[in-house]
Amino acid sequence: MRSLVQQSATLTLNAILMAIFCVVLMTIDHRNDALKGARSTVASFLVYPIQYVVSAPANILHWSRDNLSSRNTLLETISDLHKQNLQLMAQQQQLLSLQQENARLRELLHASSRVGEEILVAEVLTVDQDYYKQQIVINKGEVNNVLLGQPVIDAMGVMGQVIELNQYSASVLLISDPSHALPVQNNRNGIRSIVQGKGDPGELDLLHIPNNADIKVGDLLITSGLGGRFPPNYPVATITDVEIRPGQPFARVIAKPAAALEISREVLLVWPGKEVKP
Amino acid sequence: MTLRGRRILLVNLSLLIAIALAIFPLPNWAAAVRPDWVALVLIYWCIALPMNMGFSTAFIFGVLLDIATGTLLGQHALGLTIVSYVILKNHSRLRLFPLIQQGVIIMLLLMVKQLVFLWIYGMTHNAPSNMWLYFLPSVISMILWPWLFVFMENIRRRYLNI
Repeated sequence: MRSLVQQSATLTLNAILMAIFCVVLMTIDHRNDALKGARSTVASFLVYPIQYVVSAPANILHWSRDNLSSRNTLLETISDLHKQNLQLMAQQQQLLSLQQENARLRELLHASSRVGEEILVAEVLTVDQDYYKQQIVINKGEVNNVLLGQPVIDAMGVMGQVIELNQYSASVLLISDPSHALPVQNNRNGIRSIVQGKGDPGELDLLHIPNNADIKVGDLLITSGLGGRFPPNYPVATITDVEIRPGQPFARVIAKPAAALEISREVLLVWPGKEVKP
Repeated sequence: MTLRGRRILLVNLSLLIAIALAIFPLPNWAAAVRPDWVALVLIYWCIALPMNMGFSTAFIFGVLLDIATGTLLGQHALGLTIVSYVILKNHSRLRLFPLIQQGVIIMLLLMVKQLVFLWIYGMTHNAPSNMWLYFLPSVISMILWPWLFVFMENIRRRYLNI
């Protein structure tokens, strides 16, 4: 134990040194990937247990809801799922023939086609991230062959991409984060644009849309695949507001994400398919 | 267990629980005003055991919190270092204040910490849009402080009675 006088003599110096060290650490972490390894090691072995314990009550809740529901509810769910399955299978038949037709046509045009996207279901850990970051943590990691930068979708549309890969978990940056931009195209007429987050899970910004562009409320935006990171033709957002600003070079266009960014408990990881050259 | 062992165990355990509370899932409106649990617990230990607390604790738990909440490595570590420096420098004065007054000082200190965070968010393009909401967690922490202090004091008297 040190005396009061001894401690206060070195206190200020220690604090300044520590603060400088923290600033250096932040700068390195922001500018390059040198600390990624250390970060993911600590995240895998020290932070993941805490996250697991914190998400345990929610897991128990879901488990008990699955196991304690009555026979009637289960029968109802099964019959609902059965109907849904029939519908989806009917649509799938069409899809298969359309895919084959598409491949044939592409072959005629000597264009390359993408086949065989692989999908894995992951669960969202019920832990909160920093309030000013739009991120989620999922329960699949390096051991499940998840890749850095891998696209993540839910049943309705694109959610985001993996930005931090740990042993048993991964952090996903949502498309609503201000630092996330995603190349999209309008499903109605093919106009290309970029969707950027605003830090609000219900709103996205559409960048660089000229005032005279043909864009309407209700248009569906799909991924264009131009960035090379997201596979093409997944729904991203629906236009909710178009404000023409004659005094400005670009219109203000707001869209609502198709995916349930805040609510989804189960997400899908997509492995983009290989390009097949004819 | 020796007194020293119990002390180390208690300090680290309480800070781990504070990290768990910091990432505990809350609805969106509540997450916006979540009190700064880790800073509050760290402040308590800096006031209660100033001789045994240094910046290493602030740094280690700051980095853990950074990784748990997905912020830049060192962001919370810097915030907690600043907080524990001010508290360690003034602990003998702070101990004499009534709990309410301690709470006000701590609110101002946590606001300084949030101001530092605001610069970091601004530099990494995550600037919050609502400034009133942004500083609300510090106010909630002030309201919580007297209760937390009494609670922690009871635990300390029970397990670390010197």
